[in-house]
Amino acid sequence: MLVKGKKTLFQDFYFFETLTGMIITLKEFFFGTKVTISYPEERRQYSERLRGQHYIKATNGVENCTACMLCPTVCPSECIHIEAGERQDKEKYPKTFEIDILRCCFCGMCEEACPKDAIKLSTIMEMSTSYRPIYDRAFLSEQRGNK
Amino acid sequence: MTALEWYVTAGKIGLVIGLLMTVAPIMNWVERRGAAIIQNRVGPNRIGPFGIFQAIPDAIKFLFKEDSIPGHVNGFYYFIAPIIVLIPACMTFAVIPFGDPITIMGQTFKMQTADLNVGFLYIFAMASLGVYGLIIGGWASNNKFALLGSMRSSSQMISYELSLGLSVIGLVMVFSTVELGPMVQKQADVMWQLGPIAIPRWGIFIQPLGCLIFVIASFAEANRLPFDLPEGEPEIVGFHVEYGSMKFATFMMGEYMNMAVASGLIATLYFGGYQMLPGMGTLLDSLQLSPAAYMWSKLALQNISLAFKVGLFMWLFVWVRWTVPRFRYDQLMDLGWKMLFPLALLNVFITAVMIYLGWV
Repeated sequence: MLVKGKKTLFQDFYFFETLTGMIITLKEFFFGTKVTISYPEERRQYSERLRGQHYIKATNGVENCTACMLCPTVCPSECIHIEAGERQDKEKYPKTFEIDILRCCFCGMCEEACPKDAIKLSTIMEMSTSYRPIYDRAFLSEQRGNK
Repeated sequence: MTALEWYVTAGKIGLVIGLLMTVAPIMNWVERRGAAIIQNRVGPNRIGPFGIFQAIPDAIKFLFKEDSIPGHVNGFYYFIAPIIVLIPACMTFAVIPFGDPITIMGQTFKMQTADLNVGFLYIFAMASLGVYGLIIGGWASNNKFALLGSMRSSSQMISYELSLGLSVIGLVMVFSTVELGPMVQKQADVMWQLGPIAIPRWGIFIQPLGCLIFVIASFAEANRLPFDLPEGEPEIVGFHVEYGSMKFATFMMGEYMNMAVASGLIATLYFGGYQMLPGMGTLLDSLQLSPAAYMWSKLALQNISLAFKVGLFMWLFVWVRWTVPRFRYDQLMDLGWKMLFPLALLNVFITAVMIYLGWV
């Protein structure tokens, strides 16, 4: 649609308007502040509540998880797989604890459902890999980004 | 020709070709970096200091890409179109003088690759050849969008060539020569003496309107924003859609060379060409060198001055590109035919009257 705004003769001449614009760009050239974050060297500050990579919290070197199956039940994308076992001290524990991370939608419901404060989402958000990863128990037990 | 003449000619050709070939990679970096800084970004900064060697991996990438030719193109014309764009751009720079004549072993050499007595008639002839490359490229691509792009380019270049030629007529009338060498020499004269500051007879002081028209028209001739309708990278598809790898890079090199030639012409015709920048003459005289050393250092200073002026106008091209949005096609034609063309005629008329009255 052709919109004909009212222009003064001075504006219609276009040349001086161009000069004004060029002065603005020159100001940006000399005095403009950079808005770029040079990613690998600089990081954006994210919220502490960011839901990122999972881990299983441990207390005194023993994971909190008791394999109560609440997190696979609540998980909307059904990406958590737990097989329960029995430890030496008659405590229930997860023999296998697998998260298919590509199915995970990072809703954080597992963290909310967990009665033992075991499964947690850290603030780590760089998880890209060249293969399809399934996080197993050993991987999840490392206290990455513990909070 | 004696051996010395051969050496000097080869040296001059080498200088000009070397200069033009390095213009494309350097300007590529300047443009990307300048655009980034104007737009509050960082731009290429990984390779070398401030990313200045960015052009090297770019060139390697272009050279090693697969040079696939689409099945539906006319092979021969598809192949020669980038060359036709590149060659006239190189050839035009031949008549731009880059220094006062020098004397080696009793022989005088003009610091100009080709001393043609037709002067910038040659330049306009070469500049019009450039449009053939675009038209052939668009036609041989056998693609309607490429053809439309090249049609836009041809109508644009023909329209603006008229204003370009007419704007220089005023300058020819004032200096009564079409040769670039004498024209630059005449620009060294002092027009007004304002106390210690001498205003030289540069083209811009004699022909301000002509200079403005020439600059605008040369932007259109070099297919640069705000007149980059032939290419129209982001939205309207241009004449080189079907081109890839080094062929596309050749088109790009041609564009940057056209920029260099346009900058060289603006500097030569309107900004005193190789005449030394303010202060350089005083500096040279204060050194009290022997005649031979004086000649060589004068040549060096003149080359630096011309390079500085050309560089300034190259930067102007980049600066305008990231300031002014593209013209619509009808606006482009309006500007060309209804504004610049009558203004150029008016400029010729005013100059004629002033010469008749003896004011210039």
